[in-house]
Amino acid sequence: MAEFNLPKNSRLVEGKTWPKPAGANNLREFRIYRWDPDGESNPRVDTYFVDLDDCGPMILDAIIWIKNRIDPTLTFRRSCREGICGSCAMNIDGTNTLACTKGMDEVSGAIRIYPLPHMPVVKDLVPDLTRFYAQHASIEPWLKTETPAPEKEWRQSPSDREHLDGLYECILCACCSTSCPSYWWNGDRYLGPAALLQAYRWLIDSRDEATGDRLDNLEDPFRLYRCHTIMNCSNACPKGLNPAKAIAEIKKMMVARQV
Amino acid sequence: MARTGPAERPLSPHLQIYKPSITMVMSILHRITGAALFFGTLLLVIALVALASGSSAYGTVQAIYGSFLGKLVLFGYSWALFHHMCGGIRHFVWDTGAGLERGTRMKLAWGTLVASLGLTILAFVAYLAG
Repeated sequence: MAEFNLPKNSRLVEGKTWPKPAGANNLREFRIYRWDPDGESNPRVDTYFVDLDDCGPMILDAIIWIKNRIDPTLTFRRSCREGICGSCAMNIDGTNTLACTKGMDEVSGAIRIYPLPHMPVVKDLVPDLTRFYAQHASIEPWLKTETPAPEKEWRQSPSDREHLDGLYECILCACCSTSCPSYWWNGDRYLGPAALLQAYRWLIDSRDEATGDRLDNLEDPFRLYRCHTIMNCSNACPKGLNPAKAIAEIKKMMVARQV
Repeated sequence: MARTGPAERPLSPHLQIYKPSITMVMSILHRITGAALFFGTLLLVIALVALASGSSAYGTVQAIYGSFLGKLVLFGYSWALFHHMCGGIRHFVWDTGAGLERGTRMKLAWGTLVASLGLTILAFVAYLAG
């Protein structure tokens, strides 16, 4: 059953306002979710002021600036800073996206940052993605074949290869799955948009020979059919992919093999 | 006693902080109107039972349904019915794999709301005029 309220230990308490940087006159306000596993308190929202004249244009630039100049305890994941690793996925201005590809100029007013929604928090903006990765593993994201392996490589025509466009680009940042209310309420049994988009990537691959087994694995009231086309996934995807469409295609494959 | 080890992990905020999109709001409204239809059907049953019970019972029900408050409830019920119907058609289109692209899905979601309100108003104009 859907639990709309946060558990007691997760409710936000009053945070701290950090002093404005001295001598700066081009300031931007940030409200950032903080939680320290070694502390005694509930999560809180701290307020920071970033000197825009001393900082790059993206949200990631700003939180790195805060970490370097104001508060070294602010914790978040980041790596590539160009939208290809998926590490800096977080909820910015109410929508899940990558901090590195979201510009500060795309947000009006104070910039509010939370961890990816409805996930266990390890620290500050770092969520525990263990279950998310396990769900990806459960769809067996690798080529499965019956026929003996060819001497060189498994060949694929350019038109068959085109079916993978819009699917293979997924970077597993978890923006989509953690934007999905169905995943919030039933994330223990519903696979979520990211894993299902990957499932479709292998279902539609002309070289894969386990299509039937893959569909059997998804034929379940929860794993696939908890998708109610709410579309938060496709609205959020920072790579512009369309998990909702991939899921609709899987549902169509389920019907097609019945008739 | 001092705690040993880290605290139990909190759950990150979800509904409280997520910015609603039109597709999300229409999904929620589809649920709510679906539930409302269950109770709306009871109104229909009451009217039918009253009709079968004779003219005095039917007259009472007519008087209640015809009052301002009654009409307001019926207006809401009609909207729920039209909205759920339009939402059903939208989901039917999506089930075929069509209309899922960014621009189209937003238009379809807005279209559901506009169409349901339009149909409800149209039905009431026809009802009040006739």
